[in-house]
Formats: sequence, structure tokens, C-alpha cells
Amino acid sequence: MEVLIYLVPMALALGLLGLGAFLWSLNSGQYDDLDGAAWRAISDDDER
Amino acid sequence: MTERPDFSHFVEHLGGGVARLNLAVDGVTCAACMFEIEGGLSRVPNVARARVNLTNRRVAVEWREGALDPASVVDRLKELGYQAHPLDPGRAERDEEQEARLLLRCLGVAAFAAMNIMLLSVSVWSGNATDITVEQRDFFHWLSGLIALPAAAYAARPFFRSGVHAVLSGRLNMDVPITVGVLLALGMSVFETLHHAEHAYFDSAIMLLTFLLAGRYLDQNMRRRTRAVASNLAALKGETACKFVGDEEVSEVPVAAIKPGDLVLVRPGERIAIDGTVNDGRSMIDQSLVTGETMPAPAEKGTSVYAGTMNVSGTLRVRVAAAAKGTLLDEVTRLLENAVEARSHYVRLADRAASYYSPVVHGTALVTMLVWVAAGASWHDAIIVAIAVLIITCPCALGLAIPAVQVVVSGALFRAGVLLNAGTAIERLADADTIVFDKTGTLTLPDSEVINATDIAPNVLALAGRLALASRHPLAAAVARAAGAKQPFEGAIEEPGQGVRADCNGVEVKLGRPSFCAAETLAAAVTDGDPEASAIAFARGHERYVFAVRQRIRPDAATTIAKLKQQGFAIEILSGDRNAAVEYVARSLGVADFRAGMTPAAKIKRIEDLKHQGRRVLMVGDGLNDAPALAAADVSLSPVTAAHLTQAAADAIFLGERLAPVAAALGLARRAKRIMRENLWLAVVYNVIAVPVAICGLATPLVAAVAMSGSSMLVTANALRAKRVAEGRG
Repeated sequence: MEVLIYLVPMALALGLLGLGAFLWSLNSGQYDDLDGAAWRAISDDDER
Repeated sequence: MTERPDFSHFVEHLGGGVARLNLAVDGVTCAACMFEIEGGLSRVPNVARARVNLTNRRVAVEWREGALDPASVVDRLKELGYQAHPLDPGRAERDEEQEARLLLRCLGVAAFAAMNIMLLSVSVWSGNATDITVEQRDFFHWLSGLIALPAAAYAARPFFRSGVHAVLSGRLNMDVPITVGVLLALGMSVFETLHHAEHAYFDSAIMLLTFLLAGRYLDQNMRRRTRAVASNLAALKGETACKFVGDEEVSEVPVAAIKPGDLVLVRPGERIAIDGTVNDGRSMIDQSLVTGETMPAPAEKGTSVYAGTMNVSGTLRVRVAAAAKGTLLDEVTRLLENAVEARSHYVRLADRAASYYSPVVHGTALVTMLVWVAAGASWHDAIIVAIAVLIITCPCALGLAIPAVQVVVSGALFRAGVLLNAGTAIERLADADTIVFDKTGTLTLPDSEVINATDIAPNVLALAGRLALASRHPLAAAVARAAGAKQPFEGAIEEPGQGVRADCNGVEVKLGRPSFCAAETLAAAVTDGDPEASAIAFARGHERYVFAVRQRIRPDAATTIAKLKQQGFAIEILSGDRNAAVEYVARSLGVADFRAGMTPAAKIKRIEDLKHQGRRVLMVGDGLNDAPALAAADVSLSPVTAAHLTQAAADAIFLGERLAPVAAALGLARRAKRIMRENLWLAVVYNVIAVPVAICGLATPLVAAVAMSGSSMLVTANALRAKRVAEGRG
């Protein structure tokens, strides 16, 4: 069970990484226009 | 007068020498429009960044301070084929934006914590069944607590705040049992972990928060979106006024930038955008939006004029004023304040449910504890069981039962063209049994229409229509609309207060007052017997024609009213207009109950009488004179063309020319309330099954997790049914 010493911190760190990414994306306004974002993703126009 | 309007009032000055303008844009419906606008604007010199928000139907444009005239952005959008107008998001909208972000952040934190704790909990549950040691279990429990406590301290703030607020003001709402449940679950789990117990309920507490936050965020998001669309519509009316900046020099500025004391020029055919008194000039004013009266009233120096009225004939100079004592506006404002104050405090279904729910559940927990002690259990075990009862009954399903339906139904209402202003409007709409309509602008359309267009030869109508384009008079505008005219006459001359004349291949053509065209007798014959109609005459050489123009009843008003009557609603018309005019509309719509010449106070009085008879009144109105009545009624609707003050007093706004959204709103609201009730009963049934399990002491964290998520999904799925039913029946 010594493996827990590595696995538990790793699981938590990965979770926190995900949370951090979510908060960052929220603060950079990526949830402000969900309808528009859906279309931008499939736009062929790469200049933006 | 082709000068560009001054939009500097709307420009936001960001730091670093960057200026930004937010615009509401009409007609942005798809991704193609979004790319077209962004591409088109980025080619305007000096524009640093243009970004379309497809959800809000808005565009944000940024440029280097001073490098660009904001009006050129509006012009460019017009070239691209989009009508746009700058917009000031306003304080309420910014606050809601903050609130939405807070909820989303809380949801993120709660979801992160719930997933990680569940990972640990599943290990414990499977370990309990096999070979976990006490040390390992304690370690996992401590770890769970380490995640759960800070996460709850952060993510449960919206519930704590509202729960504490409710208790302090002596009420009970759904957030009170939620707060109590979460705090007890966490406290008990810490205590149990300290004593190396087998079960801790960290996962239940955090999962509960996650579900509830998701529901609350969706609810708030829907409301925010509706509000954004409503303020776009307000901005797109593009109300500007011509303000005197010198003795004879005017500048077109947005209404928001006009202050009391300013002098404003109002030309014939323009809607007056401000309240004030006439300083100079003589004209007729169409006050239908204010009083419901369709006949224009004279205005001269000293006359008070109101925002929303139409200047019909002459040019006026108006001194902008705050509402003066003794004017109609002053009276309306006073009545409105009284009505809003007197508005009985409506208790929401959710809060009513909470006020029954909370005492029952907390009482059950207390009784459970006492019974266990009486049966010989230790205080510790008895308290654990009692808290387990609270956790399992914690209103996960109850907290979602109503918001979920609200989200689904406000979406359906939105698609039906109804924008909700007030959160409780759905429930109050569902209770209405009597509908009171205003006439002018509500049952009729704001624009008037030529009623005898089919009696006149198409080529004559087309010619008159082209000539009509030269005038801004509302009657001429009706003729132009009827003819579908696009090409104005070259060299048409307008004679103020009389009409327009032009030369058509050597023959003189005239359009205007019957006396201007020497057609008085014909005019009297055409409008004879119709007190509502106004006559406008057209002369070509010696030929004479007369158009009868009157207010048009909304195209589907008769069918909608028939349908509402069939559904058992009592219908009444209260109008400020003359008896003859009201009677005509009432008769053609088949409404027997109508009252004409009503003042704002009389309208309130009538609504109060109806309420005393035990009726639940829905008031539908648009005029300034309707605003107090809207606030006095149980629930109210306004068309989007209504006066500002009136829209603000209404619970919801409906869009478009048709009256059908009123019937749709009532139908959807009734269905919504039924499903809300069903959901509450589902939650009760869930508790009837779950509570005995908990009372017997069998509610392990695993059972709690399954029961909570199961019941939440059940009520959410039932709420989605509201959408299917709603759309299935149109």
C-alpha cells in the first residue's frame, strides 16, 4: 500500500490542475459566448 | 440634418489608451453573420479588435483612443446590412454578470471536490466490504475532509448567505435546510473521522452542493440571457434627440446623454424622446402611447409633452424637464409608486414548500433521535442517525424541482417571443383567470393603416405612395407603407401642416389634408360612420382620391381572444380613449366588457375591484397611463413597443405584431406550474421512501449518494418534459 504515497498526491495534483484550468478559462472570458465559440471552433478562417 | 449622431457618451475608456464601444446588433442569427461582421469591421482603419458575441447578439469594438469616430462603426455595420446601436450595459446587468461568474466558480470548485472525494469514498466503500485497515480508512477520510471543508467554505457561500439572511428576517426558504444539512453533515463527518468510524458523509455534502449550484447557475443564466435580449431591443430603438448646441446649431445625441434644461428640436413625424415643455412652435401631438387617446392634441408654448408621443405637424423646440408637479407624468409616477408598494408580497411556490418542508424534516430528525435514545441507544448513535435523516432528506430534489422547470419554461417562452422580467412571473401567470387589455397599442398596432387601399387603383396608390415618402407625417407614412413605395419623388415640396406637392410629367400631384387637395366632400363621404378614421387626400390634375387611415387591430387579436375566452378567461378592455373608438375595437373582437375614457387612477380602481372579487388579474398594456395598472395587477405583460416606464413595471414583455404570445405565455405558465407541483410531489415520494431507511439507521454514505443523485435526475428529467410538451403543442 506504499504506492498510495505517490498515487494520492498525483490524483489530487491532476484534479487541481483541472480546476486551475477551469478557473483560468473562466477568467479569460471563454464562457461568455458559448453559442459563438461552438461556431468559431469549426471555422475555416485561421486568421483569428 | 445628415450629420452623424454623437455616440461619445457610450464609449468606454479602458486603460492603456484603448477605447471600447458595445453595440446591440439586429439580425445576427448565425455563425456566418458573426464572421461577416468581424471581417467587415476589422477592415475599418484603426479598429484594433472587433468581436461578436453570438449569445447576446452584441459586438464589442476596440480602437486606439481618439483614432476613430464611433459613428463610423455604426455606419459600417449598416453597409454590411446590420442595424446596430451603441448600448450601455447598465449596473443591473454588470451585477448579474458578477453573480454568474461567482456561481460558475463555486460550481467548478464543488465539482472538482465532489469528483475527488467520490474517488476516495468508493475506495472506502469497497474496502469496507473487503480488507481495508482502520489506518487506511482514517487516512482516506482525513483526505476527504481536507478537500471538502475548504471547498464547502468556498462553494456554499451563495446558500449560506441567503439562508442566514432568511433566518435573520424571520422567514424560511429552501436555503435554510440546505445550509443546516451541509453544516451538520460536515461537522458530523469530522467528528466521526476523529473517532475512527466506518462512515463519513463528506461526499454527500459536497455532491449536494454540486447539484444545487448547477441548478442555480442554469436558472440565473437563462434570466441573464433574457435580460440581455431585452436591453438590446431597448438600445436598438436607437432613440436620439436633436439638441441645440448653439443658437441655431443642433447635434444629434443619444437620449441617455440629454440633461434637464437642454433645448431640443422636434421635427414633424418624430417621436418625442424626452419629457419637457414646449418653448417655441405649434403642432399637433399624438399622445396615444401616453393616454390611449388616438386623436392628436394641440401643443403650443407652455404645453407639456411626454417621451413616447409623436409630433404630427409642426416643428417644436422643447425644453427638457424632470417631471413637473401636476403633470400627467407626475401623477403616473406617484400612482406607480403606490401600486408597487401595495403589491402584495407574492410567496413563491418554492418558499411555500420550504416553509412546510423545513419544520417537518427537522422535527422528524429530532423525534428519530429521541426514539433511538428511548430505545436504549447511546446519544452518539442517536445523533448520528438523526443527522443521517437530515442528510438524506436534504432538499437536493426539492432544490432542483422548481428551478429546473423555470429554466426549461423560460427558454420555451423566449422562443415564443416572451421575455420574462420578474422571476416569479411564471407562477403568477399560471394563477391568472381574468385578462384586462388596454386598447391603443396593445390590441391595436402602434402604426396606423390605410383601410380602403383595395378601393383605389394600384397605379394611383403607387403614385400617392411615392409622393408620401416626401413627408414625415404619420398619415403619409401609412400611405407609403400601403403602397410599398421605395422611390421618392424628385423635387417634392412639403407645405408644413398641409401636405406635399410635386410635378408628375407636367401634371400637378398633391397629397395632404382634404382641404389642401379640395376634396372635403369626398373625404366626409369616405370616413362617414367611422369615428376612428382620419382622411388623407390625393389629387392628380382634376382627379380626387381619399384614403381612410386608422389604427390596425393586431392581425391575430380576434382568434387569440376567442381562444382565451374558450379557455375560460374573463376578458375586459380598459382604455383611455373615447367611447366610440373603444366600442368599435371591442365589438370587432367580440369583447362585451369594455370601459372607455379611463384615467390611470380609474384603471387601478377597476383592477382592485376585480381583485376584491377574488379574481387573479393579468393586465396587458403599453401606455404610460397603464404603468400603474400593470403594477397593481397580479401579473402584467407589455408589448415591446411600450413606453419605458411601462416596460419596467411589467412582469414580461412580448415581441412582434401578433397577440399570440399572450396566449402562449399563459399556456406555458400553467403547464410549468403543473410540472413544478409534480416535481414537488416526486420529491415528497422520494422522502417517504428514503426517510424510513434513514430512521432505521440504514442510510450509509453509499445509500445517500445513490438516493440523492437518483432523485435529482428524476426531477430534472421531469422538468425537461415541460419543453417537449410545450414545443409539441406549438
